[in-house]
Amino acid sequence: MNVWIAIGATALGCYVVKLIGLLVPAGVLERPVVRRLAALLPVALLAALTAQQAFADGRVLVLDAKAAGLAAAAVALVLRAPFLVVVAVAVVVTAGVRAVTG
Amino acid sequence: MRDALGVGVAVGLSGFAFGVTSVGSGLTVPQTCALSLLVFTGASQFALVGALAAGGNPLTAAAGAFFLGVRNAFYGLRLSQLLALPRAVRPFAAQWVIDETTAVALAQPTRRAARIGFAVTGLALYVLWNLTTLLGGIGAEAIGDTGAWGLDAAGPAVFLALLAPMLKSGVERSVAGLAVVLGLGLLPVLPAGVPVLVAALAAPAVLWAQGRRGARDEKGVDR
Repeated sequence: MNVWIAIGATALGCYVVKLIGLLVPAGVLERPVVRRLAALLPVALLAALTAQQAFADGRVLVLDAKAAGLAAAAVALVLRAPFLVVVAVAVVVTAGVRAVTG
Repeated sequence: MRDALGVGVAVGLSGFAFGVTSVGSGLTVPQTCALSLLVFTGASQFALVGALAAGGNPLTAAAGAFFLGVRNAFYGLRLSQLLALPRAVRPFAAQWVIDETTAVALAQPTRRAARIGFAVTGLALYVLWNLTTLLGGIGAEAIGDTGAWGLDAAGPAVFLALLAPMLKSGVERSVAGLAVVLGLGLLPVLPAGVPVLVAALAAPAVLWAQGRRGARDEKGVDR
């Protein structure tokens, strides 16, 4: 049930922000500070989420095969690999490290 | 055309990765598909299932996903000037206002081409995203333990791939660095899902610090 509440809230919230963009007059959101903040907000969220999903198990910090997978993905990104390769590298390296270390 | 194909392949594969991640995180296949049908903005969906898997309260989890979706409002703003859609159409067009459709529409030379680009990309990606989500979800259910296949690394890798092109200057890197420290540092002390929301404050914090520095260097020393 909790999951459905979360799904409903996310669906509603995400739809409303999409619609607001199409409906409000241009001037309201065009202030430089608002635009800068809107550009930086995803940076903060994605960075925090990446770190948490790679280095945390529940509320405990861990360093396991996923960290190796993410490091490999970072290398792939630096080498300008396409999106698909980046994700595939992370998955394969994580599975490999897990298979080796048991 | 080649770009369109590239976008399609990337979106299809992320849809598949989302299906796998979501079911691997403990959501059912119908819940996973409902997310792709109703939310239809990838990063928010990944964030939500990640937060729920970590044991987050549903509303805290939804708040993190919501903040990631806020950028779509700014895409909508650009698109509403460009496409000049009739008021009655806007509620239907809104669901398709995402990174990829905006990029395609903005790249078109005329309003007509932009409208066609937006509609074609929107429809194609909506169908593709939902089909591949379903396939990924069913696949994950079939193979059982997604962790053994390393598939739990797909979520963070998707986030990293989305984040990397945004790290254009020192400001973005400072925000990302501070957010990582807050997100990990607060994890053991705050309820699940809340540290990500606190980490979002890295954005205004860095902007504020930059503004103060800007005021001090008013003669424009460093820019």
